[in-house]
Amino acid sequence: MLDSLSSSLSSALNTLRGRGKLTEGNMREGLGLVRTALLEADVAYDVVEAFLDRVTAEAVGEKVLASLDPAQQLVGIVHQELINLMGPVDHSLHFQEGRPTVLMLCGLQGSGKTTSTAKLAKKIKQQGRSVLLVAADLQRPAAIEQLSVLGQQLNVPVHTPDGVSDPVAVCNAGVARAKKEGIGVVILDTAGRLSIDDELMAELAMIDRTVGPDQVFLVVDAMTGQDAVASAKAFNDALELDGVIMTKLDGDARGGAALSVKHVTGVPIKFIGTGEQIEALEDFHPDRLAGRILGMGDVVSLVEEAQRKFDQDEMQQQEERLRAGEFTLEDFKKMLMQTRRLGPMGKVLGMIPGMGGIKEMLDTADLDRDMNRLFGIINAMTPDERRNPTRIIDQSRRRRIAQGAGVQPQEVNDLVKQFDGMASMMKGMAGLGMRDRMKQLQQLQSGIANPGARLAKPKGVTGKRLTAEERKKQKKQREKDARRRKRQTKD
Amino acid sequence: MALFRFRGSDKPDPSKVDEAAKSGAPVDSTGSVSPEATADEAGGAGRLFDRFRAGLKKTVQVLNTDVRDLFKQEGRLVDESFLNDLRRALVRTDMGPTAAEEIVKDVYAKQRARVVDPESVLDSIRGTLSQRLDQTDAPLAAAATGPTVILVTGVNGSGKTTSIAKLANRFVKDGKRVVLGAGDTFRAAAVEQLSMWASRIGAEIVRSDQGADPASVAHRAVARALEGDFDICIIDTAGRLQTQSNLMQELGKIRRVIAKQIPEAPHEVLLVIDATAGQNALSQAKGFSEAASCTGVVLAKLDGSARGGVVVPVTETFKLPVKFVGLGEKADDLAVFDPKRYLEALLADSFCDSPA
Ligand SMILES: Nc1nc2c(ncn2[C@@H]2O[C@H](COP(=O)(O)OP(=O)(O)OP(=O)(O)O)[C@@H](O)[C@H]2O)c(=O)[nH]1
Ligand SMILES: Nc1nc2c(ncn2[C@@H]2O[C@H](COP(=O)(O)OP(=O)(O)OP(=O)(O)O)[C@@H](O)[C@H]2O)c(=O)[nH]1
Ligand SMILES: [Mg+2]
Ligand SMILES: [Mg+2]
Repeated sequence: MLDSLSSSLSSALNTLRGRGKLTEGNMREGLGLVRTALLEADVAYDVVEAFLDRVTAEAVGEKVLASLDPAQQLVGIVHQELINLMGPVDHSLHFQEGRPTVLMLCGLQGSGKTTSTAKLAKKIKQQGRSVLLVAADLQRPAAIEQLSVLGQQLNVPVHTPDGVSDPVAVCNAGVARAKKEGIGVVILDTAGRLSIDDELMAELAMIDRTVGPDQVFLVVDAMTGQDAVASAKAFNDALELDGVIMTKLDGDARGGAALSVKHVTGVPIKFIGTGEQIEALEDFHPDRLAGRILGMGDVVSLVEEAQRKFDQDEMQQQEERLRAGEFTLEDFKKMLMQTRRLGPMGKVLGMIPGMGGIKEMLDTADLDRDMNRLFGIINAMTPDERRNPTRIIDQSRRRRIAQGAGVQPQEVNDLVKQFDGMASMMKGMAGLGMRDRMKQLQQLQSGIANPGARLAKPKGVTGKRLTAEERKKQKKQREKDARRRKRQTKD
Repeated sequence: MALFRFRGSDKPDPSKVDEAAKSGAPVDSTGSVSPEATADEAGGAGRLFDRFRAGLKKTVQVLNTDVRDLFKQEGRLVDESFLNDLRRALVRTDMGPTAAEEIVKDVYAKQRARVVDPESVLDSIRGTLSQRLDQTDAPLAAAATGPTVILVTGVNGSGKTTSIAKLANRFVKDGKRVVLGAGDTFRAAAVEQLSMWASRIGAEIVRSDQGADPASVAHRAVARALEGDFDICIIDTAGRLQTQSNLMQELGKIRRVIAKQIPEAPHEVLLVIDATAGQNALSQAKGFSEAASCTGVVLAKLDGSARGGVVVPVTETFKLPVKFVGLGEKADDLAVFDPKRYLEALLADSFCDSPA
């Protein structure tokens, strides 16, 4: 039934091919099929509804492209929105230097906390850091033994309670031991608990307060159904989560709970468990799970096709540099050249589902002229200036560059300013999928075509205004960061 | 003000308690329900039901009020918005979008544009669901003579080992002699986990080292049951995902090893399903039924905020009756599955203020 989503979508939408625009009316049937697919994949009901509203808003008014199957066009949008919602990704564990980094794992019973503790330890050890595991599950029979066995397999020390019956005390003792022994990372394996068990949730909050872990991860079973929202919300309220580990994705679970959990907590999914072995921990990739949730990786190939044409390798290298904060004018120039190599900008955009409309908005002739000017300016710079334009380029350098490129010094100034805005926008783009990337690119292009226009810094992934909830989330994050900083200065 | 409270919530209905006791009471070696057990169970079932309700009350607290308000607006019509709310309440039980849609259609067909009558809407839903959950009393099968062998299977972390401890505890309390087979030789400290339970509840255990062949442990456990004249032999297995075909085949091998010693054994093959599981439980039921010929389901972790509504399509599609529900982490936290009460609990928070 799931594999047929794409074909039933096709028949539901085929009459649209090549004419008209997507409207709420003509998409209704198709979106109904998407709704069923998402529910079958265990995305929570309310999350599905919110998601479909988003997709509708996104798709309405889009031209149905002559060259594309409208079903594919819709799926392209759905797929991209799924990626947007489940991203951006953050695989970093944010280690502290000079004191132990404390990670805590929590979650429902049997979700995979203890196993994931061992998997994380292995990963961290491979990065050359020392690890101490703390057996803070004093509840389940043989939970301590389980962690001890795993610790032995990993050759990693395990701090066990020794007669203590209070998990808070065990965690504190574990962290103290790590400090004394100069161990880099401590991982707390807590007991499984129900999100409606007030007493045990309070205990968890107590560990959070007194031990002050640097990162708290919720471990979620990929097979979880509708309850994912309720439990994830309860854990996030009690603890302020920093990330999610989704386990047991090695089976045939569609993993829709990932979307639910991300939706209610807003914290990134960091890793996925893909087996019982200690090695089976992978970085989370929203695009892969999006295809899995829809049960139709093949339909996504269209988007991928376009992506391939974007000379992926080079793109990826640049993205990595972006993430590392190393984006330079040299990279920027390469990127522009790359885009140009694909052909006229208008044609490139036309290939992407939903991007047809943008084509008309761009004046390609102007674009080409402006690009040449930009190249001229960048070429006139020294390598140092390209790497660090904002910091290095002073008045005298500006004059020299302008002379070399045959432009006014003000234009050099504009480029440097724009580069500043671009660099931060590019950084935002690094985590985005194709569709948003194209949007950003479009903004970027219009910025170039109109050099006087100051590029606005991107607000968020969608560039939409923040809702009250999002503001609340941001506030919470700020408070949390403040607490972390305080904790750090305490040490 | 609640327009509707779920029936029989104020006091456990004695007739229901009886039913529950009968279906769940351990059977003696001739296969008939032992009278002492029934008497003992009556009190136990009532207590458990209280706990069931306590769990639900918590559930109600954590859910949004709007679902509970479904029936609270007087004079509300059975219109599109009502049906959407209903659909939402049904989907949230994890019964799946298809099953939910069928019920919504049914309610619409019968009550279109009328003023919402909670009684009849609920009756209609319960009627449909209980047909789907159609299971005559499903007591555990028992050997006519000699030990009854129960094999317990399921995906990773669903609650197999704990459910075994609870079952064994039930039998021991009923005066049966129980031997456990520590067939999870794979997961770290799985053997220790079952051993600790065995000593806590007073059951014997047959075990071997981590990495040993699970079929050989099963063989030894059954041999021990025969030779030691035990009433019950319960065999634990390592958690596995239904997509792992070699591990699924291993279950078939364990079955064959057991049947070599007692041809009609295992008498029961239980599939433990986690109540938080969503639609994947259907794939679990399919995979485990095919590989191990399951005879029933234990629905574990029903004390949380999840409903485990996926057992509706599971029982219907795979003819797998739910036999027990897990209601906590302790040895006593096991109740016989009572479809009627379960359906009340399943929909309780959708339609009333609070079940208590
Ligand atoms: N197939 C698979 N199994 C997993 C994965 N992660 C954990 N498991 C298994 O899931 C089961 C439960 O894992 P644990 O690590 O014991 O879970 P836990 O959350 O610590 O459980 P409690 O402490 O009892 O609450 C074990 O059988 C693990 O081997 C995974 O990514 N894939
Ligand atoms: N709240 C609650 N927790 C339960 C219930 N049944 C089991 N658990 C808990 O769920 C976790 C996993 O239970 P296990 O019995 O170890 O599960 P399993 O299927 O044997 O796990 P593996 O052997 O690792 O595949 C443990 O922390 C149990 O205490 C239940 O009915 N309610
Ligand atoms: Mg554990
Ligand atoms: Mg087990």
